Amino acid sequence: MAKAFFIDPQRCIGCFACVMACRECDSHKGVAMIHLDAIASPGSHQVALTVCMHCLDAPCVQSCPQEAIKVTADGIVLSASKESCDSTRYCLYACPFAVPMHEARPASQDRAPPTIMMKCDQCYDRRTMGLAPWCATVCPTGALAFGEYDEVVAQRRGRAVNEWQFGNQRIRTRVYTFVPRDQEVISIQGEPRYLRYLEKVAYSRTK
Amino acid sequence: MTSTSRQGERLVATHCCFCALQCGMYLRVADKEVVGVEAWDDFPVNQGRLCPKGVVAYQQVRHPQRLLHPLVRKNGRLERASWDEALDLVAGRLREIQGRYGNDAVAVYSGASITNEKAYLMGKFARVALGTRHIDPNGRLCMVSAGVANMKAFGIDRMANPLSDIPLAEVIFLAGSNTAECHPILMQYLWQARDRGARLIVVDPRVTQTARTADIHLQIRPGTDLALANGILRVLIHEKMLDREFIASRTNGFEEAAAMAEGYPPERVAEICDIAGGDLVEAAHLWGRAKTSFLGHARGVEHQTKGPENVLAYINLVLATGRIGRPGCGYGTITGQGNGQGGREHGQRMDQLPGARPIADPEARRYIASVWGIAEEDLPEQGVACTEYPELIERGELRGMLSYCNNPMVSFPNVNRAEASWRKLEFLAVIEYLGSETMELADVVLPGSCWAEDEGTTTNIEGRVVKHNKAVDPPGEARVDWEIICELARRLGKGSHFPYKSARDIWEELRVASKGGSADYYGISWERIEQEKGVFWPCPAAEHPGTPRLFQERFHHPDGRARFHGSEYRPPAEEPDEEYPLRCTTGRVVSHYLSGNQTRRIASLVTSCPEPYLEIHPQTARRYGTRTADMVRVKSRRGEVVVPARLTATIRPDTVFLPYHWGHDQAANRITSDSLAPLGKIPEYKVCAVQLERV
Repeated sequence: MAKAFFIDPQRCIGCFACVMACRECDSHKGVAMIHLDAIASPGSHQVALTVCMHCLDAPCVQSCPQEAIKVTADGIVLSASKESCDSTRYCLYACPFAVPMHEARPASQDRAPPTIMMKCDQCYDRRTMGLAPWCATVCPTGALAFGEYDEVVAQRRGRAVNEWQFGNQRIRTRVYTFVPRDQEVISIQGEPRYLRYLEKVAYSRTK
Repeated sequence: MTSTSRQGERLVATHCCFCALQCGMYLRVADKEVVGVEAWDDFPVNQGRLCPKGVVAYQQVRHPQRLLHPLVRKNGRLERASWDEALDLVAGRLREIQGRYGNDAVAVYSGASITNEKAYLMGKFARVALGTRHIDPNGRLCMVSAGVANMKAFGIDRMANPLSDIPLAEVIFLAGSNTAECHPILMQYLWQARDRGARLIVVDPRVTQTARTADIHLQIRPGTDLALANGILRVLIHEKMLDREFIASRTNGFEEAAAMAEGYPPERVAEICDIAGGDLVEAAHLWGRAKTSFLGHARGVEHQTKGPENVLAYINLVLATGRIGRPGCGYGTITGQGNGQGGREHGQRMDQLPGARPIADPEARRYIASVWGIAEEDLPEQGVACTEYPELIERGELRGMLSYCNNPMVSFPNVNRAEASWRKLEFLAVIEYLGSETMELADVVLPGSCWAEDEGTTTNIEGRVVKHNKAVDPPGEARVDWEIICELARRLGKGSHFPYKSARDIWEELRVASKGGSADYYGISWERIEQEKGVFWPCPAAEHPGTPRLFQERFHHPDGRARFHGSEYRPPAEEPDEEYPLRCTTGRVVSHYLSGNQTRRIASLVTSCPEPYLEIHPQTARRYGTRTADMVRVKSRRGEVVVPARLTATIRPDTVFLPYHWGHDQAANRITSDSLAPLGKIPEYKVCAVQLERV
């Protein structure tokens, strides 16, 4: 069985190991594709951790008028092709997780427009070498994990969910998120709710 | 090796240079440069995991601020000098001071983020080459409370269990440990236990990332651990949650400790600690009813004037329930520094010879004198704790110093006083590789190596001896540290005692010197370390398997029994009053390591945490009209810092928190108290009284 990618928000300690690891990538050296956002709540140190969820029928792919965002055979949604991306930014608006970024094109790519959509490709280069994504490899707590689905799920107490409901929009993702066992779908109405939801999960006790 | 190397690169298996987990990692080396790290995923401690500091640790190797040649102070400025000039000057000035004021007028101040080989060498260098009794490492600032208490309770100073026992525990009790930020990799072990249903009890004045998901968080007033632990022991006794058989057959001193604990009923403890008495009882029940458990503590408990007593009081809870020395039944201090464990075993402490032998023990003195080839009467007596150096310097007893692997101008308590006294030194030489706040005061700077440029062993948090491997040569004229020490020894006329051609030569002598001591490494070889992915000491013979779990049959006192110790609660040395109404506690953040000398130079880590700040409860902040990002002056009787406020309800309203990794005007230690614990002489970094003012 193919290996799956998991997020376990309760375990995230906001240490930025994943962000530092992501910055190490040769294809986007110095720029992290992971988003680690502080939850602006006075009673909390918690941060919200977002990697690309690699949606099935990904809204970013569908939104791109240039068809610049390709999907690999194993379902990994890649950064926009540098030949095709016209910087329309539709993908930014389409993504319910606010994952894609627009970064300055490397100087070597002498082409207008000057920015290009970039996002997490689950370390495509590492995986072609048989290595796991770097962020999930280093994550000290297992808040990010990459492994056999059955093995990872058997080890943890939460439920691994990949169904999301954003208003009327239903999304299935290749990345799984651990939530309390009584939930099957993660239902979100707007970004603040998403953050608050993560905070609630993060602060729940184990019992 | 399980990992894949990229084209044109080779992988060097080694360990992280930062905390005591000593995570395994590969350094990626291309064309004589370290270009990154890769996961060593079958090294058992971390299985490829790394904290943020580990991911970018390699970036210090070729940092533009590396020191590339010796420096000598001329006309008030540090100027480039040759090795010969610098080394001659160090040897000459130290000898001159010793000639005038006696051998003990110079001290060697060392560190615990160095290999065992170097730790051993520093102790020998001080006693044999300089003939001074003053040698101590900066482990005095972090590990000594735990060390003193472990020796008293168990007769040996080491975590009692391998980390692999933690996932088997039903209850995990963490006291004064922000594991998530200071030992992030350890969190995985906690979660493995919790996945199997374990409950987590955390004692901390702050809702740290560690306390955030705890089942019971006892948010005590800083400095009150002793009352808390005594109170829990009383509940265990009253509710008969004791292992009477274990107490009778394997311990001494229970009755005295129990009699003392009787004075700590929940109501009294609740008042001292300012927690709900019910929470105390609930924690005691959880602890008392468990069949397996792990109790760990760290600097929050140990950085107090009653640090050793606090540790002993927590050890009482382990002994009373008999849960030690079995699978899933564990205890240990969560050591901070990279080689915090080995750095305190090989004879660089003022009261200790190699093998963790007491320097006052005539038998130990005879043995080590014979290993070193010196007359026993030439072996100096016990020195004083480095935390007392300021006083010694003020009294004119200490006038010269060789300083290595430390940065007291950031890390010493009451750093205003430390700085004033250091400035009085007639001569200060430092071995550094990046430069530090302390280097600014030096007369000579000897450029040394970083961890990727030398080989040798360290001993991790669980007593596992691991091997660091060399990836590249030091840059410029910088030299491997142990060679610098040997060069100095030669210039001091003691070269014949320091004939080492390699770090391995030092290791082989260390093994022999440790033989028969409490920390016995004699049976450990570098080959075994590689084959077995580390060997746990004690390991007295080549055919001995090593000792991952201590105390399975006996404790290390001569009678084989552990000791209870009862200590009455007493308040911290400085309590809030009208003038200084708040408690201040200090600590670490995940992005930085110790005095920040390395991590404050790595861009990614600086971005995550660029400067110190004051954590303050919104209720308290309101009294001062302070909002987040407002600058506040934090002032104690000893000094002040001005830092931005960070409002958070995760801290007690009567307490503020400052991280300590910065120097100069940003040093939290301008504020802290240099009151020392009578036992072990550790400073009370974790409690002092301050006033605030919005600026």
